[in-house]
Amino acid sequence: MTFLLRRLAFYVFTAWAALTINFFIPRMIPGDPVKSLISRFQGQLSTDALHSLYVLFGLDSDDSLWDQYVDYWRQLAHGDLGLSFTAFPSPVSEVIGDALPWTLALVGVTTAVSFLLGTGLGVLAGWRRGSWVDGLLPVTTFLSSVPYFWLGLVAIAVLAGPGSFFPSSGGYEPGLVPALDTIFLGSAVQHSLLPAATILISSMSGWILSMRNMMVTVAAEDYITVAHAKGLPERRVAVSYAARNALLPNVAGFALSLGLIVGGTLLVEIVFSYPGLGFLLFRAVSAKDYPLMQGIFLVITLSVLVANLLADVAYLFLDPRTRKEG
Amino acid sequence: MSIPTSSVEQVIPEQGAMAQPSVRPSRRRRLRFVSGGKAATGLAVVAGYVLLAVIGPWIAPYDPDARSADLLQPPSAAHWFGTTHLGQDVFSQILVGTRGVMLVGLTAGVVATALSVLVGVTAGYLGGLADDGLSALSNVFLVIPALPLIIIVTSTVAGAGDLVVALVIGLTSWAWGARVLRAQTLSLRRRDYVEAARATGERTWRIIGFEILPNLTAIIASGFVGTVIFAVMSEITLAFIGISSVSSWNWGTILFWAQSQQALAQGAWWWFVPAGLAIALLGTALALINFGIDEFVSPRLRSAGRSRARTADGRTVRMRVGFTPVLAPRPASPAGSGQREEAGR
Repeated sequence: MTFLLRRLAFYVFTAWAALTINFFIPRMIPGDPVKSLISRFQGQLSTDALHSLYVLFGLDSDDSLWDQYVDYWRQLAHGDLGLSFTAFPSPVSEVIGDALPWTLALVGVTTAVSFLLGTGLGVLAGWRRGSWVDGLLPVTTFLSSVPYFWLGLVAIAVLAGPGSFFPSSGGYEPGLVPALDTIFLGSAVQHSLLPAATILISSMSGWILSMRNMMVTVAAEDYITVAHAKGLPERRVAVSYAARNALLPNVAGFALSLGLIVGGTLLVEIVFSYPGLGFLLFRAVSAKDYPLMQGIFLVITLSVLVANLLADVAYLFLDPRTRKEG
Repeated sequence: MSIPTSSVEQVIPEQGAMAQPSVRPSRRRRLRFVSGGKAATGLAVVAGYVLLAVIGPWIAPYDPDARSADLLQPPSAAHWFGTTHLGQDVFSQILVGTRGVMLVGLTAGVVATALSVLVGVTAGYLGGLADDGLSALSNVFLVIPALPLIIIVTSTVAGAGDLVVALVIGLTSWAWGARVLRAQTLSLRRRDYVEAARATGERTWRIIGFEILPNLTAIIASGFVGTVIFAVMSEITLAFIGISSVSSWNWGTILFWAQSQQALAQGAWWWFVPAGLAIALLGTALALINFGIDEFVSPRLRSAGRSRARTADGRTVRMRVGFTPVLAPRPASPAGSGQREEAGR
């Protein structure tokens, strides 16, 4: 329990740090890009919306920095992230709320599958060093060196033409109304196949490699030799003795690389015009929609923190030592 | 974006090479690192890229900005990688763009590595409160998703040039290296030779500089290479999204124009394939160097080559870590034959 509490405290601290970075970034930049935006929308903004933008971007500069900081937190506590300029006059929180489920589904499923598949192949590669799986390593290294978005571009060029089964862009058939029925869900799945495959291919090799190296290290431990000497079946030794122990660092690494994976996924969404946070961020960047950009950064960071916490819980179940300490 | 593939952290508990207090690797050992196939290949390719970065703008056959009448031509003798929608030569754009990519990658790598050494070694050596504070700091940077942060920061700085991009990437991507270095420093600072240096009254900076740092060389190098991979990817990504200035050429800029001019829909594969392959080749070469370093540090990770051997009397034996196959002559009675392999299976 202490382990979990300590991790929780750390994540709260990190969240605070991220929010504070978010507070300082617009205040350190010379010139006010937001001010020019506001003047462009002059007259259309209500006083409330104007005030919340002032608080978020530090335009009420006659207040002291501390007062600005307190105001900023008070506003975030109400879930007020300002108004989006691209989706004017919707608030940022609403725009993000529409996009979030798409990203969560895409990233969640692909990351889980890629971790499981990659770890499994890594176990094979490490246990049977020198077999055909080892021959895959250079190929996967090459694939993981390709930027996610470029692989996506190639996938679109090769697989998604007119009349192809794979749609090249969007999250669902245009004209469908998002609802939880079979037609819509089927269309959504069909649209997410290519982006998912792209993410899977580029993210899997990292897991294969780290799991292989860990297996090789573990396979030389004394307890493996003992397990062999006891005459246990090979499969049992590989899975319950070697893989079980090799898995721990991989799960820890999983938590740490979540941020990177999310970054890569955002790019895939951009290439496929997938209606998730990445594509939203892309549109916000090209339209210089600062409130939306900052809101997306906050939401992504917080989601990654939650995912990290989940990975820690998984670690707690896998490694008895962390439980014993408490 | 690739997951950090370097596994130096995982092999830390028992590295043969690192554990020795040899302050400076002998000439032969250094040569052995290069003679490993992977590292040598990687180094050769990277050297080629560095060369192109230096001479690229001079040997480019055309001005990358110059428009011509050959609009959207497929590759030909005149235009090796074809032309863009404005008749610009893609081959020249790639050659000229190499400099920006390498410059940003290496600068960011140097900045991040310097920071990670500073933070990681200090935290590991000093311990106590300083360690807690610095570890918390690097963990925070590790968990916050780097790419969105880089995008936000660069897009707020109007017209960010190469230097700004390199600095932003360098300042946000040091945490992984710091973490690995801290772990290794922790284990080094209790070694006998460090204790001995402390007992003889060496100053702290001298112990860190002459006793500890030389033994971290492999990890620092591998961290540097990893950061360069990340920096190159991030830079290209930024250019591809159109955040950093699109006026200077790098491979991301080429992809940006290809994407925004619907190169895919027009079937102009030559517009985006060369840039992507250039990135992938550079990334693979850097990753190969890292594999070389990993295997140099922990020889067990080497790919074992053929793991099955056929003995003279026709039995197959599988080599495996921890077991030494002993080829005993086949016993006379058939009942006992092959038992040794059975045990090994």
